[in-house]
Amino acid sequence: MSLSRKEMNNIAHLARLEISEEEVAVFADNLSRIIDFVEQLSKASTDDVLPMAHPLDMAQRLRADEVTETDHHLEFQQNAANVEDGLYLVPKVLE
Amino acid sequence: MHDKTIAQLSRSLESGDFSSEELTTHLLGRVERLGPQLNAFVTVTGELALEQARAADQRRAAGDAGPLTGIPIVHKDLFCTKGVLTTCASRILDNFVSPYDATVVKNLREAGTVMLGKTNMDEFAMGSSNENSCFGPVKNPWDETRVPGGSSGGSAAAVAARLVPGATGTDTGGSIRQPAALSGITGLKPTYGRVSRYGMVAFASSLDQAGTLTRSAEDAAIMLGAMAGFDPKDSTSAEKDVPDYRATLDDSLDGLRIGVPREFFDDGLAPANKTAVEDAIRELEKLGAKISEIRLPNLGLSVPTYYVVAPAECSSNLSRFDGVRFGHRAEKYADLTDMYEKTRGEGFGAEVKRRIMTGTYVLSAGYYDAYYLKAQKVRQLIAADYAEAFKSVDLIAGPTTPTPAFELGAKTDDPITMYLNDIYTIGANLAGLPGLSVPCGLVDDLPVGLQIVGSHFGEARLLNAAHRFQQVTDWHTRAPEID
Repeated sequence: MSLSRKEMNNIAHLARLEISEEEVAVFADNLSRIIDFVEQLSKASTDDVLPMAHPLDMAQRLRADEVTETDHHLEFQQNAANVEDGLYLVPKVLE
Repeated sequence: MHDKTIAQLSRSLESGDFSSEELTTHLLGRVERLGPQLNAFVTVTGELALEQARAADQRRAAGDAGPLTGIPIVHKDLFCTKGVLTTCASRILDNFVSPYDATVVKNLREAGTVMLGKTNMDEFAMGSSNENSCFGPVKNPWDETRVPGGSSGGSAAAVAARLVPGATGTDTGGSIRQPAALSGITGLKPTYGRVSRYGMVAFASSLDQAGTLTRSAEDAAIMLGAMAGFDPKDSTSAEKDVPDYRATLDDSLDGLRIGVPREFFDDGLAPANKTAVEDAIRELEKLGAKISEIRLPNLGLSVPTYYVVAPAECSSNLSRFDGVRFGHRAEKYADLTDMYEKTRGEGFGAEVKRRIMTGTYVLSAGYYDAYYLKAQKVRQLIAADYAEAFKSVDLIAGPTTPTPAFELGAKTDDPITMYLNDIYTIGANLAGLPGLSVPCGLVDDLPVGLQIVGSHFGEARLLNAAHRFQQVTDWHTRAPEID
């Protein structure tokens, strides 16, 4: 299989990842080879096999609906690139 | 004192041969001298270490010391450490100071360990050579032109070079066992769910597990005992008691059933590695184990299964790095989408981008069933192979890696060649099983690892077999000539 530049750009956009022109060429080659490599999975007979999402047979635990956490937003926002009045700033989304 | 294991250091501290402060000062000197040469560290926390060492000495004086009190360790730089950088060796997190401690870090701190620093790694734990770090590759202390293995390469190199007696690591497809094998130390990946993943930056959540890199199985038992246990903060943490792993280390191996999968001894295994591993299995037989051949018929599909499942989970997990709440943000951008794309394009390295792209592709409309769903079904077949095998054996033994450490740059051009390094280790992650690697030989002065895999929550038996093996062999005591 050979993935096109257009497909590469589409995947990169879905992943919100800017990639350079040179990277498009390299990744098109890499991904085509990776997809060819994983193609061998189609050889395995998996009729009636349940998909396995998790290695242990365990049920999802629920916790009691109680307040256990206190507000730490000022502390957490010290790691943010841009904050004002306790809010995270991003480019304008709505006109 | 740097040649001593955790168990030996613990006895020396207890008998007053030296204090934790003296030990910490000595090891910090080695870290300062040899750390940069190996590029093993991202951050060295000297002052904090000395503070913790003095506190440990006081705790001992007060009669409140455990086996890890005053023992210096290092953490892989993807465990969150409050007030100390946690970078995952990625540009996108190179300024991230965690506001909290990972449960592993908290548990080991409460046990009295002294943190010397944070170790270099493959970016976001994606890699098998530690060449995918934004801080540059780690070098193998046995031969500095070679890789230490990855992704826990900094932890492996630091322990192998006797800079520190123990380190934490994480293993998603072999990232503890493979560098342990290539660096000549003991590496333990516990059962999925045994150790909390809280505060451990996620790569592939159904495969990631924290474990230990040490110089003996006994030390792995000591560290695991402190790290493991139920954690309500991790929704996949197992609600199971932690056994006393040290108590059963000396148990007899008489009658222990060890299966050797024929699939592990294929053409890909270097002849010298094969010989070393076969000799090691004969040692286990001499110790009383019953060896039999087993089959894991779907094991050959473990690498392609992994390279669908892991990138899929990675592409989802790494979507949180968007330049808004933490980490790097691009300087210039036109709008919100452009900010995301530029931030992530600048922040992630090539292998991380490759995996995010692969994961996005296999999860995208029209391909999900053919790749992701198919891989999840094959994963079930692989897990079933192991379950079938464990009906007739107690442990599974074989090689950890196909070859000894390879040269820096030897496999960076072809992702598939690099991925095939993990051919013997990935199965245990897919099935959630515990596995460890112990040194079992030297080939051209490079270490070779024996891998032993156990059944779910069978760490005690695994450590027992590895410890008995280390009582009759001395490969784990061999050290690289680095001083």
